[in-house]
Amino acid sequence: MEEIIKKKLKVSAIRNGTVIDHIPARNLFKVITILGLDKIENQITFGTNLESEKLGSKAIIKVSDKYFEDDEINKIALIAPHAKLNIIHDYVVTEKKVVEIPSQIQGIVRCVNPKCITNNESITTKFTVVSKASLAMKCHYCEKITDQEHLHIL
Amino acid sequence: MKKDLISITDYTKEEYLRIMELAADFEKNPNQDLLKGKVVASLFFEPSTRTRLSFETAISRLGGRIIGFADVGSSSVTKGETLHDTIKMVSNYADLIVMRHPLEGAARYAAEISAVPVINAGDGANQHPTQTLLDMYSILKTQGTLDNLNIFMVGDLKYGRTVHSLLMAMSEFQNPIFNFIAPDELLLPEEYKMHLREKGIRYFEHREFTDIISAADIIYMTRVQKERFADPIEYEKVKNVYILRGKMLENTKSNVRILHPLPRVNEIHTDVDKNEKAYYFEQALNGIFTREAIIAYTLNLK
Repeated sequence: MEEIIKKKLKVSAIRNGTVIDHIPARNLFKVITILGLDKIENQITFGTNLESEKLGSKAIIKVSDKYFEDDEINKIALIAPHAKLNIIHDYVVTEKKVVEIPSQIQGIVRCVNPKCITNNESITTKFTVVSKASLAMKCHYCEKITDQEHLHIL
Repeated sequence: MKKDLISITDYTKEEYLRIMELAADFEKNPNQDLLKGKVVASLFFEPSTRTRLSFETAISRLGGRIIGFADVGSSSVTKGETLHDTIKMVSNYADLIVMRHPLEGAARYAAEISAVPVINAGDGANQHPTQTLLDMYSILKTQGTLDNLNIFMVGDLKYGRTVHSLLMAMSEFQNPIFNFIAPDELLLPEEYKMHLREKGIRYFEHREFTDIISAADIIYMTRVQKERFADPIEYEKVKNVYILRGKMLENTKSNVRILHPLPRVNEIHTDVDKNEKAYYFEQALNGIFTREAIIAYTLNLK
């Protein structure tokens, strides 16, 4: 109970919408871009550099009157794998969701291969996820594997 | 939907067999006017005389006209034109694009842009599917089957794209056995071994290039290239180990044939050339028939 009160103090509650919690603080703005939150008219409040036992430093986003499709929200799985969603209706959490790495990834990650065409010409990258447990993504163009260790977010 | 050929796995097993059938037909009758009135663009963003001549011969024997360039020096690429724009323009002119490019994934990208089919004639170290199909045609011709074969692959199994593609294609056929002979620096990547394990295909890895080849039906030789080694001393140690010599063939099976994507440097001694088991020059000729088959298939002319 005490924790909830603290959170409420830091980022005010919303009546209806989605709360995305446990975003690594350093990736907050990437999450905003990927979800296109910088291009919508909804009321958005966010807090960052909040203390988190798990992440060290986390961010939280509250988007009023917006509910995400799974496909849409799963795009942030690569940069916020522990993100948790609270779906809010009339100040009450009606559903909780976690993100899952999608099977196809478009335009978020750079291909590890410097000789890949996507690193040499202006092309949206495309990957098929071949392993989720230890992340491995196969480039649609050069067919090389990009793994967690070489993950570079565009 | 247009039928591009970018990666060997773009084709199904049935399509492999269809190409084999068509190649045999073109071998019997190489000059067929199927491309009459058609224009084929041959875009070589990096020089590859062997592959280009093979394709252009195939197109000529089909009665088609060729436009294009043999290296970027004579194209608008030197003026800074993007691949996107080059392909967009050429696909308005030609009925088919054959392209080679130094960057990996370039052919897949071109196929997405182009309104006409694209055949990949090599994209960096990634794919060279027409080479694989001509390798398969050579195997079928010399062995009478693509099933139950013991295939030895020798040399650079790490970077050799022809090895990887041939392995993927042959793993679609019944009961192959693979034997890989390579130095520690050039072992077959794990992903291909994983693919074989998943398909329940037997394979064996060896460091030594010895009389184990007596079990082989096909010996697929590749070049061990100096630039692949971080340490030149390592190259010096192995450069003469993976050389096939005439006398090594004494105890091999009578049906065994030696394949090589060419060009060779010293990995097949010239004393193998006159051995009836040497097949690499005929293999190159098979490339013409196979490419005629691929072009005819791609344009739905057969």
